[in-house]
Amino acid sequence: MSRKTIKVNYLARVEGEGALYVKVRDNKVKEVQFKIFEPPRFFEAFLRGRKYSEAPDITARICGICPIAYMLGAIHAMENAFGLQVPPSIRLLRRLIYCGEWMESHSLHIFMLHAPDFLGYDSAIAMAKDYPELVQRGLRLKKIGNHILSLIGGREVHPINLRVGGFYKLPTASELRSLVDDLSWACEAAEATVQWAATLPFPDFEQDYEFVALQHPTEYAITEGQLVSNRGLEIPISAFLDHFEERQVPHSTALQAVLKARGHYLVGPLARFNLNFDQLTPRAKAAAQAAGLSGTCRNPFKSIIIRSIEVLFAAEEALRLIATYEPMSQPVVDYTVQAGTGHGCTEAPRGICYHRYRVDAQGDILDARITPPTSQNQSMIEADLWQFVDRYLDLPDDQLRAQCEQVIRNYDPCISCSTHFLKLEVDRKN
Amino acid sequence: MAPQLSHKPKLAVWKFASCDGCQLSLLDCEDELLALTAEVEVAYFPEASSAEMKGPYDLSLVEGSITTSHDAERIHQVRRVSKHLVTIGACATSGGIQALRNFKDVKEFTSIVYARPEYINTLSKSTAIADHVFVDFELRGCPINKYQLLEVINAFLHDRKPNIPTYSVCVECKRRGNLCVMVAHGTPCLGPVTQAGCQALCPTYHRGCYGCYGPMESPNTQALSQEWQKLGVSAVDLVRAYRSFNAYAEAFRKESDRHEP
Ligand code: SF4
Ligand code: SF4
Ligand code: SF4
Repeated sequence: MSRKTIKVNYLARVEGEGALYVKVRDNKVKEVQFKIFEPPRFFEAFLRGRKYSEAPDITARICGICPIAYMLGAIHAMENAFGLQVPPSIRLLRRLIYCGEWMESHSLHIFMLHAPDFLGYDSAIAMAKDYPELVQRGLRLKKIGNHILSLIGGREVHPINLRVGGFYKLPTASELRSLVDDLSWACEAAEATVQWAATLPFPDFEQDYEFVALQHPTEYAITEGQLVSNRGLEIPISAFLDHFEERQVPHSTALQAVLKARGHYLVGPLARFNLNFDQLTPRAKAAAQAAGLSGTCRNPFKSIIIRSIEVLFAAEEALRLIATYEPMSQPVVDYTVQAGTGHGCTEAPRGICYHRYRVDAQGDILDARITPPTSQNQSMIEADLWQFVDRYLDLPDDQLRAQCEQVIRNYDPCISCSTHFLKLEVDRKN
Repeated sequence: MAPQLSHKPKLAVWKFASCDGCQLSLLDCEDELLALTAEVEVAYFPEASSAEMKGPYDLSLVEGSITTSHDAERIHQVRRVSKHLVTIGACATSGGIQALRNFKDVKEFTSIVYARPEYINTLSKSTAIADHVFVDFELRGCPINKYQLLEVINAFLHDRKPNIPTYSVCVECKRRGNLCVMVAHGTPCLGPVTQAGCQALCPTYHRGCYGCYGPMESPNTQALSQEWQKLGVSAVDLVRAYRSFNAYAEAFRKESDRHEP
C-alpha cells in the first residue's frame, strides 16, 4: 500500500489564505475539502448595535478588493428598509463607480493572477520580463478602473464618498469627462485582451452548472435586479434567505451557501454572461463571438475570456454613463429613518453579494446577514476539484497540483470575503 | 520557474487577519510597480506570486492583526526571518475593526455568526503586531496611503528614517485650503485627533474625518469630545466614533471608555 501526500505551503495568487485537501483511494477521488483558514473577523456580530449609517464603511473592510460591493449592498439594504428611492443621477454614479471596481478587480485577476497560470510564470512580475506589453496593458487598465473609484469615491481602497441616500460630494460633469480618453483607450485594450485570452490553452472541462445572477429588465445587471438561474429560479432579492442557506463545515471558517432545493451553484462572470448575454453592448457581444463564445460557456477556465469581455463592457458602459451624467443640486436626498428590514444585493466582480439588516426606529442595527460571493462559490469549487482530479489523476503530482490551484483561481476567490489560503494536500492510497 | 539569484534587497509581504486592502495598495502602485521590482526582489508575496524565496528578508511588510494562537506564534517566525519589520494599516497597528470583539464576549460573537461555534478557534482579543514582536515602523491608515508606503520602502532600502508626519489631519486640511466642516457645517470631525497621511480626504469631500488613520501623537481627545458634545453628539455616538477602525489604539480606547454609559 503506497501513501503519497503532496503539500504546498501556500496557495498563492489568490487574494487570501486557504487550502485544498484531496483524498484519493484506489484511483478514485473520495473526498475534496477546500479549506479556509482565515481567522474569523465577526462582522455580523459587531454590526449589531452600530448605526445604520456606519454599515457601508464597516462592511467595506470585509474585502479591500471589492469594497464597493459591500458599501452598496449595505446602502441599498438601508434604503430598502427606509422605503427610499434615489434619483437617477445618484443611481448612475453608483453604477459608474461599480464599473470602476469591475475594471480594477478583473484586470488584477486577468493579468496579475490568472495569466501567469496560463503562461507558466510564478507571477506577473516574472511574466513582465517576457511579456512587458501585456503586463503594462493590464496595469493601465487596472489604473483606469481605480481612477474611476478615486475620482468618485475619494480613494481606490475603501472609498469615503458613498452614503445612504447618495454621496457627500458630487463630481462635476467635466471631472467625469476627464476619464473619457482613458476609457476609450480601455475599450481598445480590453478588446485586444479578449482576443488574446481566446488563444490561451484551455483544458477540456465542461460542467453542468446552475448559474445564479442578478437580472435587470433594461441593463446588464450590476447594482440591482432580481435573482435568476438557468434552472428556473426567479425571485426578488428579498426572498434570498428563503431559497439559499449557509452551512457551516468543520474544515472552513467561511460559511458555504447552497440552494436549499438543489445544492451548489455558481455565481460570477460565467453566470452573468450566460444569463444576461443579450444585454451586453454590441461591441462586447461581437468580441465574445469572435472569441468563440456565443452560447452558454460551461468551462470555468474560460472565465478569463469572460472577465476580459466584462472589462470591455464596463469601459463602454462607463463612457455611456459619463455622457448622460447631470449632477443634481444636492449630493444626498432626504429620508426618514424607520424601523424595518432591508435587503441589498449587487454583482461584485466575483458574483452576487447579499446583505440583509434589521434596524430599529432609531436606525440602530438589530441584526445583519451578509453572504459574500466566495462563500457561495466555495462548494462549487470543491465540486469542480472533484471532477477535475478524478479526470486528471494520471498527471504527475506536481502538474496536478498546479492545475488544481488553477481550478480554484478560476473563481477568483477573494478569500477575505469569506475569509483565507494555506496548503494543498493530495492524499493517495492504493 | 525558479527565481533567479540576485543581490537585490529582499521584500516579503505577510498577511494576518485583514481585508487585503493594505497589501493591495502595493499592487495599486501601477506606475511604480515595475520600477520597484527592478530595485527589490519580491521574495515572498503569496497574493501576487507563487514563487517563494527563502529568508532572511531585508524588509517585511506585515498586514493584519493577531487573532488566533497559531498567528501569535507565526508572527515570531516572521520576526526571526526579517531584518526590518514594518506593519501596514490599522489592523496591524491597532488590531483593526475586528478589535471590536475586545469590548465584548468573543463566545457570544462566535455564536452569532456560526451555528457550530466549537469549530472556531479564535482568541478573545484582536491585537496589534507590536503587542507581540518588535516593530521597526508602523504605517497607519485603513487603508494605508500607497505613496506613504513607497516612501517607507524607500527609506528602509536606503537606511534612513521614513518621512511620515505625525501631526493631525487638521494640518493637512488647512494646508489644502479646505473649509472646516466642523466650523462651517457643524459636522463632527475626528481630524483634530487623527494622524495625517490621507491629505484630509474626508473634509475635502465635505465629510467629517472618521479616524481611519488612528490617533495622532498625544491627541487632545477630551477637548474634541467636548466640541462634539456642543454639536449635540450623544455619548453613545461618541463611543461609536472612537470605536471603529482603530478602536483598540490606546488614545481612542481610553476616550471611548470615558463615554461608555
Ligand atoms: S487596515 Fe483596513 S484596509 Fe488595511 S487590511 Fe486592515 S481593514 Fe483592510
Ligand atoms: S474639517 Fe476636520 S480636519 Fe479639517 S480643519 Fe476642520 S476639524 Fe480639522
Ligand atoms: S479624513 Fe480621516 S477618515 Fe477620512 S481618510 Fe483621512 S484619516 Fe481616514
